[in-house]
Amino acid sequence: MSEKTYLSSHLREYGMIMALVAIVFFFTVIVRASIDVDFLSAQNITNLFLQNSYVIIMALGMLLVIVAGHIDLSIGSVVGFTGAVAAVLTVNLGWPVLAVIPACLIVGGLIGAAQGYWVAYWKIPSFIVTLAGMLVFRGLTLWLLNGQNIGPFPRSFQSLSTGFIPDLFGDADQALLGLERLNGTALLIVVVAACLVVWLGLRKRAQDAGFGVTPEPAAVFWIRNAIVCGALIFVGYKLAIFRGLPNVVMVLAVLTVIYAFFTEQTTSGRRIYALGGNEKAAKLSGIKTERLVFFCFVNMGVLAALAGMIVAARLNSSTPKAGAGFELDVIAAVFIGGASMTGGSGKIVGVVVGALIMGVMNNGMSILGIGIDYQQVIKGLVLLAAVIFDVYNKNK
Amino acid sequence: MTTLLEMRGISKLFPGVRALDHVNLSVEAGEIHAICGENGAGKSTLMKVLSGVYPHGSYEGDIVYDGETVAMKSITESEAKGIIIIHQELALVPLLSIAENLFLGNEVAKAGVINWPLAFQKTSALLQKVGLNEAPTTIVGKLGVGKQQLIEIAKALAKDVRLLILDEPTAALQENDSQKLLDLMLELKAQGVTQIIISHKLNEIGRVADRITIIRDGSTVSTLNRADISEDRIIRDMVGRDMAHRYPERTPNPGEVLMQVKGWNVFHPDQKDRQMIRNAAFTVRKGEIVGIAGLMGAGRTELAMSLFGHSYGRNISGEIAMGGKPVDTSTVTKAVAAGLAYVTEDRKALGLILEEPILRNISLANLAGIARRGVLNQRREAQVAEDYRRAMNIRTPNVQQKVVNLSGGNQQKVVLSKWLFTDPQVLILDEPTRGIDVGAKFEIYNIMNQLANDGRGIVMISSEMPELLGMCDRIYVMNEGRIVGELSRAEASQERIMAMILNSVGKAA
Repeated sequence: MSEKTYLSSHLREYGMIMALVAIVFFFTVIVRASIDVDFLSAQNITNLFLQNSYVIIMALGMLLVIVAGHIDLSIGSVVGFTGAVAAVLTVNLGWPVLAVIPACLIVGGLIGAAQGYWVAYWKIPSFIVTLAGMLVFRGLTLWLLNGQNIGPFPRSFQSLSTGFIPDLFGDADQALLGLERLNGTALLIVVVAACLVVWLGLRKRAQDAGFGVTPEPAAVFWIRNAIVCGALIFVGYKLAIFRGLPNVVMVLAVLTVIYAFFTEQTTSGRRIYALGGNEKAAKLSGIKTERLVFFCFVNMGVLAALAGMIVAARLNSSTPKAGAGFELDVIAAVFIGGASMTGGSGKIVGVVVGALIMGVMNNGMSILGIGIDYQQVIKGLVLLAAVIFDVYNKNK
Repeated sequence: MTTLLEMRGISKLFPGVRALDHVNLSVEAGEIHAICGENGAGKSTLMKVLSGVYPHGSYEGDIVYDGETVAMKSITESEAKGIIIIHQELALVPLLSIAENLFLGNEVAKAGVINWPLAFQKTSALLQKVGLNEAPTTIVGKLGVGKQQLIEIAKALAKDVRLLILDEPTAALQENDSQKLLDLMLELKAQGVTQIIISHKLNEIGRVADRITIIRDGSTVSTLNRADISEDRIIRDMVGRDMAHRYPERTPNPGEVLMQVKGWNVFHPDQKDRQMIRNAAFTVRKGEIVGIAGLMGAGRTELAMSLFGHSYGRNISGEIAMGGKPVDTSTVTKAVAAGLAYVTEDRKALGLILEEPILRNISLANLAGIARRGVLNQRREAQVAEDYRRAMNIRTPNVQQKVVNLSGGNQQKVVLSKWLFTDPQVLILDEPTRGIDVGAKFEIYNIMNQLANDGRGIVMISSEMPELLGMCDRIYVMNEGRIVGELSRAEASQERIMAMILNSVGKAA
């Protein structure tokens, strides 16, 4: 198979990466030309991750929900509610941060369980259940906060969002490379990550050859890896010369790896795809479909709670409006990332890239001073275009 | 007689595949013309060319209809000429009434306002024509498949049909509904409607067809006149080889009892008081193929699915023993663990995940078999799938192919592989050869024999009596939820099975 035919049959996957690269390139040029600012500056890259971490984190859980053939509209409200719980516990009741974090995750899990129960065991459409949840938890957020902001959080809680991985090497590396500021740990981590990506890719390639799968042509493989690793190391370097790796990025990276592994390599992950692909057939194959759907919602609730705390930590206060409309960004990211609307397909990597595309656009358009009105229009059109592209590709 | 339709040298290319290769077809006015061929031979493609689904220009060759060369660009154009196709999958809207369905897109209306009295009147006339005694306001979804098929025909009649194409019209029908449909076809013929029927059922073709064209691998093999039609000849032309024996030989060697069911009772899942299975009891021995005969609705599928993980019904009671020990099969997982497997009659809806590749479908019921502590070993998964591909002769370039791209016979082999990978002692095969072609049927029979020879027990549910008679060592006959008789291979005949069914009617347990 030539490179060309291979690329055209896997257009969606490569198209996503190319689109992300193109969008970044576009903003770099435009931002430089119009307001003479470096879009890829260390500070902006750090900001980009801090601003969008919550979307990516929730998109991981939303992918599972959507693959299982459902939807969760309540997550924006759950973000607000768990943020409020965190604020009440830390600020009003003075709980230690190490107790607040698990408590909030449990609250999120319980919320997910409460909604998942009706969806999984009573077969109530998830759209309805979570639409109800969206209203209920927004209301409860207002009630809990009494309509006011609660803050500020103690320093240790804020570090959830605004903290950085400390540099283990001290100043030695800076002297070595002659740079004023360099976080050696951050650089080391991304270099190791890049090596891992290549190694895992090579391993999968060898495996695929053993399966009789048409392997990715060597040229395509190396170009793709060069782009991915180049981007990784570039971003890592930029972060390293600023303030290091944000805690949030580490959480994000770890979660992405865990969920990618879960969806692709475990029996439970596989069963969720089977359930989304054909629930009746999955059931007749001995798969406990109800339990899996229930799990997907519990998992979504936990991730929404994590996002809720990160958002609260970043704003340094809990507000009644926190998280409003997040569900739409998250769902959009999942569909831009190539998940099927009817369930049964979609990949973690795709979702992360989809979320990054949304994030880069948010950030870039804000820097350019494009009004929120146009931003919404543009994001909407991008979502529509991505899905049209999917459908067109499938029918071709 | 005049020729109504002549298709000359029709060729149709799909990317990488020549689906039709210079096919010729000539249909006389007023005849019933049958088209036969294995799945994938090109029958449906040919009909899609004829009905304008594939517009003029996307194929090569000429279509001469009613004396003039036609170039149809769409279904609308072909329908305007009176060419109407009834597809295998019915195209009715289940939530609308008969009248609404009959005139869908063709409403009895002026300026967009529907004239209901006139529509109902026309509907009644059409229903009478097809011999269906239903009110025009009846919701279509509440009718059985047989009646829905008649409504499809009424819908065609509403459009002044001249050439009616029926694509496997009886595939989903039970025996007496099929007979009604065939009678209707003959009646329409008497009224001058030319018909083309695509069918796998050779006895039906023999009953209604005046001529028959056989297609193999995208080419016309032969066109036979009524006088020359014989099953052997048709099969030979279809598969390109003699098939002296439609059922492979096997010397049965039944061993000890593998599975024993006693006093099995099942109630309808929605209607609490309606008992679907009454006091059913049967045994399956090692190395035995046991048939379950019965008409559609006799409760065969309900019996099988309730045994397998209580997948059907409620208030289920009774005993199952495997190898002499009582077992619990109340969930699918437990049933599989007890050594039971059920291959569904509806492989697309209940058996396969169509958009997933072959290897993922094969491993689905036994993911533990390719995983350690919940982590999949994908190399092993591919190996397993590859082994089954070879053993079952699943025709596919590789096991990464999506199942949706396979033919019916190969899909069935994937479902069988899936269940064999759970290593069952007893397999219940529900209509294992439904909708698959003669060649693939033969392969499925061979696989069944092989499984029996390996010492597994097989329960075969089938609506095709010759198939049961040809394959089974013993046959249970079911009717109205009860097992009403048991026949050994030597005793069994179509007449005796039918007699058992008819004699049992109305005798409540």
